[in-house]
Amino acid sequence: MTAMVEEAVRTLSYREAINEALRLEMRRDPTVILMGEDVTGASHSEDESHLDAWGGVLGVTKGLVHEFGRQRVRDTPITESGFVGAGVGAAATGLRPVVELMFIGFMGVCLDQIVNQAAKMRYMFGGKARIPLVIRTMIGAGFRAAAQHSDSIYSTFVHFPGLKVVAPATPADAKGLLMAAIRDDDPVIFCEHKLLYDMKGPVPEGEYVIPLGQAEIKREGSDVTIVAISRMVLHALEAAERLAQQGISAEVVDLRTLSPLDEKTVLDSIRKTGRLVVVDEDNPRCSVATDIATLAATQALEFLNAPVKLVTPPHTPVPFSPTLEDAYIPSPERIVAAARATLG
Amino acid sequence: MEISRDKLLWAYERMRLIREFEDRLHTDFAAGKIPGFVHLYAGEEAVAVGLCAHLRDDDFITSTHRGHGHCIAKGVDLREMMAEIYGKATGACKGKGGSMHIADVDKGMLGANGIVGGGPPLACGAGLTAKLKGTDQVTVCFFGDGASNQGTTFEGLNLAGIWKLPVVFVCENNGYAETTSPRYSVSGQDIAARARGFGMPSIAIDGLDFFAVYEAAGEAIARARRGEGPTFIEAQTYRYYGHFEGDSIRYRTREEEEHYRSLDCLHRFRQTTISQGLLTAAELDEIDARARAAIEDAVRFAAESPMPDPAELLTDVYVDYPMAALWPFQEAAVPVHR
Repeated sequence: MTAMVEEAVRTLSYREAINEALRLEMRRDPTVILMGEDVTGASHSEDESHLDAWGGVLGVTKGLVHEFGRQRVRDTPITESGFVGAGVGAAATGLRPVVELMFIGFMGVCLDQIVNQAAKMRYMFGGKARIPLVIRTMIGAGFRAAAQHSDSIYSTFVHFPGLKVVAPATPADAKGLLMAAIRDDDPVIFCEHKLLYDMKGPVPEGEYVIPLGQAEIKREGSDVTIVAISRMVLHALEAAERLAQQGISAEVVDLRTLSPLDEKTVLDSIRKTGRLVVVDEDNPRCSVATDIATLAATQALEFLNAPVKLVTPPHTPVPFSPTLEDAYIPSPERIVAAARATLG
Repeated sequence: MEISRDKLLWAYERMRLIREFEDRLHTDFAAGKIPGFVHLYAGEEAVAVGLCAHLRDDDFITSTHRGHGHCIAKGVDLREMMAEIYGKATGACKGKGGSMHIADVDKGMLGANGIVGGGPPLACGAGLTAKLKGTDQVTVCFFGDGASNQGTTFEGLNLAGIWKLPVVFVCENNGYAETTSPRYSVSGQDIAARARGFGMPSIAIDGLDFFAVYEAAGEAIARARRGEGPTFIEAQTYRYYGHFEGDSIRYRTREEEEHYRSLDCLHRFRQTTISQGLLTAAELDEIDARARAAIEDAVRFAAESPMPDPAELLTDVYVDYPMAALWPFQEAAVPVHR
């Protein structure tokens, strides 16, 4: 973890850390606005007791409307192309919108506004446009929410030039990366894992900005590198703890930002350990995991002592039944087995 | 609606510039001088100019794949436009957008758009910026009869309606979405009626009559500027050329084309202004000559301009991004800038 002054650190949940980042940025910059479905709730009603009825479907934006009002904390109809596109147009003309796309699987109803408008506008216009837009969206299986509300398909966005993609694993990273994303002048897809919302951890007070594009070594080790994303970082850390008990020293690299990718931190770790396991909750084909394997194959093959191991879900939709869903999500056990396999 | 002499002269000049620009592209495309897809606006000039006559430099427009006319009406530089269409470094988008994505954000022109129906959500965003910043800027959203069937158009109308955004939606019904008439593609046949369902004023007008467009646009834009919300205008117009250059146009009759040519917006503008003693044939002829010279100058500028440096391939993707990451997994792929 980033070194910090002891008295400045207190504990927040991942949900509270995101809420704090939004609050601080909205205080700092009046052009920052928040838009999405029920980000406050009950916008039809003038009854005081209905104000902030939801604060987002899982309560992440709760309370912000009391400080910033319904103009800046703006409920939208369920019209993803409309309000994501409005976010793009607002960003191009002088606001700094944070738009909430409730679940990443909903990208299908608004993908054009993200990939053909937001992502390409600056390039198509020869650099004359700036699109300082953040799209916050939930990822992750394990919520028993079935196939359309449980995807982790961030690699889709990594695929597109013009977008940046962030997926924090800890409360502190969630705050620091969201503050950076809001200040960034390019469109950023900010992926929040819904199973992490209640996870608590130390979060610095006040302004805390983590530059985009920097991975972090969450645990140092010398025998095998485990590269992981979002909640899979926690599974990797658990696996590393079990491996340590077996005398194996695993290094856990949390990518944190998926585009741009911090190739140097990954390659340096591979060169140190000579072994690579990649853990990714996204679909296994054409993914960030396969990108990391490609990176190793093209730029660090001579350092590898064993074939790269990928630990991912199967090439299936996320299932509903708890038994099936638990089997779907990459487990610490599978990560341990993969790491051990690289050691022969 | 009152219109000043200066505004009349300006409007005629803009319409003539659009016509000359598009006619020249039609000829030069056939001669093989223009790369890619080109969609021409000739015939529809009264719509773009009638609307933009009421806009200020700090107002916004969103456009379509048929965007040259909107650019010229909004004041984008002719030389930079022509150079863009030629793919030159001096183009409005440094040769990266071409005809289909031609834009000049500094002039409030938020882009021609290769996606039919791409614009309405963007226009709502520009309207939201004006509303939240408390300015009286207006956004005009141009789209076609084809886009009137897209979900994004309905979503944009709904958002603009519930948020009372300062947006004027202008459906340029030019008779054909690619090859297909609204007679086939528009259920109910009445595009303007659709917008009334969103609770906003909506009218259908003769889009070939500059004065009809100017009057409807003036009311709609003034209403938006006063903060009273969006208006919908269906401007019934006609495109003289095909969907794109190279289109053999086997979906409409010569009689129909001749009929609409007889209603030509520039011709009618001349007739009206001369017969009413507002302008003289001599001053209109002088504008015609100036417009021809301006297009000749733009073509010369474009032809003589350099192609982009290959290193420009990797610029303008992001405001800030590591250069090496723009061409990953390979060594020495990044071209050196000059």
